[in-house]
Amino acid sequence: MTVAVNPSQTGEPIFYLADEHPHPEGYSTSLGFWIYLMSDCLIFAMLFAAFGVLGANYAAGPAPKDLFDLSLVAVNTSMLLLSSITYGFAMLTMQQNKIAQTQMWLLITGLFGAAFIGIELTEFAHMIHEGATPQRSAFLSSFFTLVGTHGLHVTCGLIWLVTLMTQVWRFGLIEANRRRLMCLSMFWHFLDVVWIGVFTFVYLLGVLR
Amino acid sequence: MNTDTHAAHADDHHHGDGHAHGTFSTYMLGFVLSVVLTAIPFWLVMSGALPSKQITALVIMAFAVVQIVVHMIYFLHMSPKSENGWSMMALIFTVVMVAIALSGSLWVMNHLNSNMMPIHEMTGMK
Repeated sequence: MTVAVNPSQTGEPIFYLADEHPHPEGYSTSLGFWIYLMSDCLIFAMLFAAFGVLGANYAAGPAPKDLFDLSLVAVNTSMLLLSSITYGFAMLTMQQNKIAQTQMWLLITGLFGAAFIGIELTEFAHMIHEGATPQRSAFLSSFFTLVGTHGLHVTCGLIWLVTLMTQVWRFGLIEANRRRLMCLSMFWHFLDVVWIGVFTFVYLLGVLR
Repeated sequence: MNTDTHAAHADDHHHGDGHAHGTFSTYMLGFVLSVVLTAIPFWLVMSGALPSKQITALVIMAFAVVQIVVHMIYFLHMSPKSENGWSMMALIFTVVMVAIALSGSLWVMNHLNSNMMPIHEMTGMK
């Protein structure tokens, strides 16, 4: 099927997809975006590996037990989890073509995401205030790199979310905007998946150690 | 056979929306499962309900794995069929890479000192 050997009019064989049909614009976007997410997954895997190697080297500095407040992390986790389900609702209302409701769910998602970043920054500020800076020990260097990279991703997701809300406000739920919202949906849920690894391996196992 | 090829061909024309979508009930099911799968590990660590730390560690890691699968299915809509199986292929490839990278790094770095010459032997080598 892929190699057509039936002779063309000049009698020469043609070596390309002979029954190529026109593809709609952006037909391969979701697969391409998925492959981007997988490459992002490899970045996080490297940071998790670095944390796994360095995470127990406190250099006589503070250990996870002294620094982490698990109830705060639980609140933070619920913020991200709630933003995942509200994004899901945004996708459902998008499929029903309800612009106002889609925008409302996107806004709520953004607020939960902003709350997550706010809590995380408060935690970081508190740690740095106590002298637990990234320079203090290998554990803290790898901690700030891993958790900070995740926070940076969520921040980028928030900027993207505001951009798309503006796009939907300007142009409505056109095909291109639906595609963009679907990509952000994958990105947002993917960050929630990474956070499962963070709260399990960094916070819970750290406090347990 | 004929219907099969027809279905496959018809599918070809819908690359764009070949991505599976969730429904309200699948999203809610995924959310409830996630809440439960998050709450139990937090509770286990904060209350110290299990007698041994090793057992607690293994249990919360198992919960994390299950929750990642739940997110993949209910939020990211992964299925062997989405994108004609290509997204699953990319996922499997990534999981293999991640497993090699993580286990390899941890194994090598944790055994870094094992095969080194002891210092007292090294000092006598001049």
